[in-house]
Amino acid sequence: MSDHDHDHHGHHHDHDHSELSETELRVRALESILTEKGYVDPTSLDLLIDLYEKKIGPRNGIRVVAKAWSDPAYRERLMKNASAAIAELDYSGRQGEHMVVVENTPEQHNMVVCTLCSCYPHPVLGLPPVWYKSAPYRSRAVSDPRGVLRDFGVTLPDTTKIRVWDSTAEIRYLVLPMRPEGTEGWSAEQLAELVTRDSMIGTGLPKQPGEIA
Amino acid sequence: MDGAHDMGGAKGFGPVVPEPNEPVFHGDWERRAFALTVAMARPGGWNIDMSRFARENRPPEDYLSKSYFQIWLAGLETLMVERGLVTREEIEAGKVLSPPKPGVKPVAPNEVTPAIRRGGPTEREAKAPAMFAVGDTVRMKDIHPVTHTRLPQYVRGHLGTIELNHGCHVFPDTNSLGQGEDPQWLYTVRFDGPELWGNGTDPTLSVSVDAWESYLERV
Repeated sequence: MSDHDHDHHGHHHDHDHSELSETELRVRALESILTEKGYVDPTSLDLLIDLYEKKIGPRNGIRVVAKAWSDPAYRERLMKNASAAIAELDYSGRQGEHMVVVENTPEQHNMVVCTLCSCYPHPVLGLPPVWYKSAPYRSRAVSDPRGVLRDFGVTLPDTTKIRVWDSTAEIRYLVLPMRPEGTEGWSAEQLAELVTRDSMIGTGLPKQPGEIA
Repeated sequence: MDGAHDMGGAKGFGPVVPEPNEPVFHGDWERRAFALTVAMARPGGWNIDMSRFARENRPPEDYLSKSYFQIWLAGLETLMVERGLVTREEIEAGKVLSPPKPGVKPVAPNEVTPAIRRGGPTEREAKAPAMFAVGDTVRMKDIHPVTHTRLPQYVRGHLGTIELNHGCHVFPDTNSLGQGEDPQWLYTVRFDGPELWGNGTDPTLSVSVDAWESYLERV
């Protein structure tokens, strides 16, 4: 699977090349066929795109993590029954029906992958980034996770256990990163500034207090 | 099936290259391909396991050379052609050449948000007690189905430990073939890194998969 949809080695190009144009034309034609046959409603397509571009995204997961960091009772509910605790914040639905939260500790770091396709907890993280769906990540996350972490500029102590969760069923995993030190007394809103998408997949760490203005 | 999609442990793909400030979609065709795929599932009458099989069931060179949404597009075309919703000729010509399949109703705008929020839970009522308990050692069966399965090659034949029991869930291997949901107990099975990847593997590594009961053997 090519690493990028219309560019190479991670450099983004805006110009078309023939392969992309062919795909673009194919999709456009297919949509008009399906609309004409009465199988799809273009307004429904627009609504779907809007949902996944504007409403469903990592901001949701960030709120879950920040609440877990700042509210011990919520954290306990989240660890015991993640689907129910996430539903309390109204982030439920397609590809997040069966949630499990795995918490990082000084002893263990968790990382999530789907080696077979691209399973990912949409309601809390949105649609997956290209790298998550790419062959380099899907092949190496299970056999060389420390190498993958290096690709992300993350080095963990040799003694930290690495625990990789391959999402081969309909269970969706969210990593609960460790709350950074030096944040005593911070509100959930302040803590949210430290949570990154990648820290909830396990390919990154949260920001440190000094990293935010 | 033992296809190119089953990538765990494969070598030679190079480093992971994250894209800074990546947009949700790269270009409008991805938006439309994604939305068409999601919006066609209900009118088309296929389930998620059928979709996954339609995407992965292709020659390795095809799978590996396509981008992710190109795979989605190819999978969608396959599913629709198989069910007589469109013909190959129509797709290639880019225009309607035959009447629509009768009785196919589109997802209406007011149904979109409720459907996404509802999703498709896969847990079902248990018909029999679970064969395995948390803490049990199990061996993954060494099977090579030519149809859809969610048992990755890299764990087949290996010893693992049951870590979680998720209840009974729809079984993809039968559901993808339209042979029914056949719910089975679903477990998280954890493997030590060296058990999977041999001597010299990082001893701090452990990996888990989520596996249906019929993928497991007693040890």
